[in-house]
Amino acid sequence: MKISVTVNGTAHESDVEPRTLLVHYVREVLGLTGTNIGCDTSSCGACSVHLNGEAVKSCTVLAAQADGQSVTTIEGMATDGVMHPMQQAFMENHGLQCGYCTPGMVMAATSLLKENPNPTEEEVRIGLEGNLCRCTGYHNIVKSVLAAAAK
Amino acid sequence: MIPAAFEYVRAGSAAEAISLIGQHGDEAKFLAGGHSLLPLMKLRLAAPSVLVDIGRVSDLSYIRDAGDHIAIGALTRHMDVENSAVLKEHAPLLAHAASHVGDPQVRHRGTIGGSIAHADSASDLPATTLALGATYVAQGPNGTREIAATDFYHGFLQSALAADEMLTEIRVPKMQGAGWSFQKFNRRAQDWAIVGVAAWRRNGDSGVALVNMGSTPILATSVASALAGGASVSDAAQLAAAEADPQNDLNASQEYRVHLAKVLVRRALEEASK
Repeated sequence: MKISVTVNGTAHESDVEPRTLLVHYVREVLGLTGTNIGCDTSSCGACSVHLNGEAVKSCTVLAAQADGQSVTTIEGMATDGVMHPMQQAFMENHGLQCGYCTPGMVMAATSLLKENPNPTEEEVRIGLEGNLCRCTGYHNIVKSVLAAAAK
Repeated sequence: MIPAAFEYVRAGSAAEAISLIGQHGDEAKFLAGGHSLLPLMKLRLAAPSVLVDIGRVSDLSYIRDAGDHIAIGALTRHMDVENSAVLKEHAPLLAHAASHVGDPQVRHRGTIGGSIAHADSASDLPATTLALGATYVAQGPNGTREIAATDFYHGFLQSALAADEMLTEIRVPKMQGAGWSFQKFNRRAQDWAIVGVAAWRRNGDSGVALVNMGSTPILATSVASALAGGASVSDAAQLAAAEADPQNDLNASQEYRVHLAKVLVRRALEEASK
């Protein structure tokens, strides 16, 4: 089926099978491999992207459901080579260890701050409940999000 | 994991969706937010040959004050139920329970109608709306009908909806002044409840329903009767599992679930009695 999706500001017209998942579409059709596949069962959040500005798990969304919509992946966060304040905050606060969960964490965290610009530490922890870090580096992830909120 | 191949059609209205599902027969399924259906399809536990995407039937996304009840469009997302000022005022138990569904990403996509139509006894909103005495509205080729939540759940993932019927609205009685509580016991933040309890009390009335204590959400009528008869909270909570038929699974044995239900019902009633 034909779909047209705006990804990171660029309109794409593609022919996909209806069963194509959004995560496979961005990784394999568009070559945007910054979005990781972790658990593939909507638990871990590694595949989080923004759909119309809100974080979703792209392993549990069909590319067909994104037809006509706007998607932002981790590649779309920096502007003209300057990191998004959330990315900067992760870097400055050691918010990543192996880095596998990081793209999803950044997408979930920016979505969280859009809904709650000044969260408490507890609200950050609850707001990131859908994202797992297998290095268990949560402390610095939370610190990063709080630092980004304070900017 | 990739679902088995299917044909995808998108409906612009409830009437069109019902007509499309009628054309394609038993092998077709409605797709709302997809957060119950797509995981099943990826595991090949479900393999519908046609998906009728109703996710853009935007006139079924609303929360309205309808006099004695709040009317919620079936395609209202969990995030919108959670944040609804109308629900926070008139049915805070439901808004709060919605905030416990999955995680924020799931709540950006999943819908209240999808969750109820999926009829999973381990989900939070079927039991919560059952406790609240909700009525569901279904639309089919011959018009609409109301189904009491108490008549809706027939078995594991089985509901009163016919194959060509679509859940369109959830009606929740107003509950101002009621004490309420939602208890969810799980091992990891975003998991389904091993056991959950939705409860409210107002004057002599109460409603208590259990999550994941049988093949359907369970209305704990013995608890409500005991409270109405003057029993203490702790005595009434001992009857928590009287209507339940819990399963053994990886997370918990039957005995453990029965124990949990009694503890959580007591905690819920204590909180709802404040």
